[in-house]
Amino acid sequence: MKYESQNVARLYFTGAMVLFALQIVFGLLGATLYVVPTALPDFLPFSVVRMIHTNALIIWLLMGFFGATYYLLPEEAETELHSPFLAKLQFWLFFGAAVAAVVGYLFGYYDGRSYLEQPMYIKLGIVVVALIFLYNCSMTVLKGRKTVISNILLLGLWGIAVFFLFAFYNPTSIVLDKMFWWWVVHLWVEGVWELVMAAILAFLMIKLTGVDREVIEKWLYVIVGLALFSGILGTGHHYYWIGLPAYWQWIGSVFSALEILPFFAMVIFTFTMVYKGGRDHPNKAALLWSLGCSVMAFFGAGVWGFMHTLAPINEYSHGTQVTAAHAHLAFFGAYAMVNLAMITYAMPQLLKRAPYNQILNMWSFWLMTSGVAFMTFALTFAGVVQTHLERVLGMTYMEVQEQLGLFYWMRLGAGGVVALSVLMFIASVLLPGREAKARRIGLQAAE
Amino acid sequence: MAEHLTKSAARNIFYGGSLFFFVIFVGLVAQSFHYATTVSETDPITPAVAHGKRIWERHACFDCHTLFGEGARFAPELGHVWQRYGGLEDPDGARDRLKDWIKSQPTRVEGRHQMPHFDLSETELDDLVEFLRHASTINTQNWPPKG
Repeated sequence: MKYESQNVARLYFTGAMVLFALQIVFGLLGATLYVVPTALPDFLPFSVVRMIHTNALIIWLLMGFFGATYYLLPEEAETELHSPFLAKLQFWLFFGAAVAAVVGYLFGYYDGRSYLEQPMYIKLGIVVVALIFLYNCSMTVLKGRKTVISNILLLGLWGIAVFFLFAFYNPTSIVLDKMFWWWVVHLWVEGVWELVMAAILAFLMIKLTGVDREVIEKWLYVIVGLALFSGILGTGHHYYWIGLPAYWQWIGSVFSALEILPFFAMVIFTFTMVYKGGRDHPNKAALLWSLGCSVMAFFGAGVWGFMHTLAPINEYSHGTQVTAAHAHLAFFGAYAMVNLAMITYAMPQLLKRAPYNQILNMWSFWLMTSGVAFMTFALTFAGVVQTHLERVLGMTYMEVQEQLGLFYWMRLGAGGVVALSVLMFIASVLLPGREAKARRIGLQAAE
Repeated sequence: MAEHLTKSAARNIFYGGSLFFFVIFVGLVAQSFHYATTVSETDPITPAVAHGKRIWERHACFDCHTLFGEGARFAPELGHVWQRYGGLEDPDGARDRLKDWIKSQPTRVEGRHQMPHFDLSETELDDLVEFLRHASTINTQNWPPKG
């Protein structure tokens, strides 16, 4: 860590982990309701549990992106942040809005559409937070060195803010509502978020492998090019059955099938860089998360996405647990893991420790990855059975649910494992390692 | 990475290509906007339908149910609930049955997914059902195949 103002990232990473834990708690509650539907009191129906689960996820991922940006921007721009004060103010506004939203949800204050349940004043608060952030980051880059990584990162972050504005456009037509809802949801996670993810991975590759920046930046352009060339028209795979023209079945199928390419490129990229790189960086855990991120994103977003993206298949699988399976592995592999990689890399530096508790951190990696993978398999099997019984044989929804209990129990069990691994991760990052061990590894570290 | 691809060429391909695909996308969405309002959603969006949609949003119905396959998967798809309740043959009966169902929740039957009790007035219930009836008229390219 070379710049004092990078320290603001610590706040963001800590806040992200708090909300990560909250997301998992409500994930467990939701999974419980699938197997014991009367387990929770009336003020916690499934709808409220789900909105806290999904909103906490989105907010902690964004908080991680903000933290990652504040950490890497000074090193890329070779200058202090424009205003560390604004960065701290922005954090507390954002964290405050998140807490207010969650407490409000518990008391029935929500309004909107899926993932966008925040009441209007919270949505406006998010816009203020985004404006502060973009102003602060853009000013930092303008006065310093402009690199490809910071340009792509900022383009992604500006895109996040711009497409969020469609959260304010809610037509009375349900068809138009759905069409533009995807401008937020799809153009985020299958569009501009990929820019942020690729930029963070590129930064980590430079730091961890020592490969020449020129090489990494060229890769970065190729990856984000593949992401947007496939992802923009790939939005069409959400337009098959919501009252839009049939041509989307062709456009959506062809382009969204190509959405696997940027993720495949990221796997090749990370492994090639590590293979070529001469640096033996002491933070092995950060490297493990970075490689794991590209691999799990490839399977979750790429393979599991492709599995049900072609219109003739999607006609049957749409709106079943197949979608839920894909969503869990894709969010985890692509966006949770890139954040955990960055947190694992940056936190030891921010806390002025050598990168320690590596063993615990790596155990959490394997446990979390296995847990989410098992959860994904369970939901995939549930989804395939559901697709057949409901969409081929024509059984009713509730009859089919009764057949799926075993899979839902397996999902809950996997969720328990994930919860344990999340606690291990948080402990490994925040708690000091054993001093002696830290010193020993610290002496070996060459950097 | 291939030697003949320079960084500035990669940059130009990225920015130019992205803009190109985005322009095509915006054009198609504009055409779809027109299609949605003239072809697929021909049943008029009355004030009751619009109000019903607001109730759907205000109570986060989509956080359990799917509509046209979108939403949560904790409760049944509602795109054709109007037909399932016999709305085509007996609209008044279907409306009453749907309202009674909503009013009778939660069932508290062990092992069965629970729907919360919502404090809705008669007008609100009417409008919500009207929104679901309206949704059932939309041309979804014959989705779902069954169920």
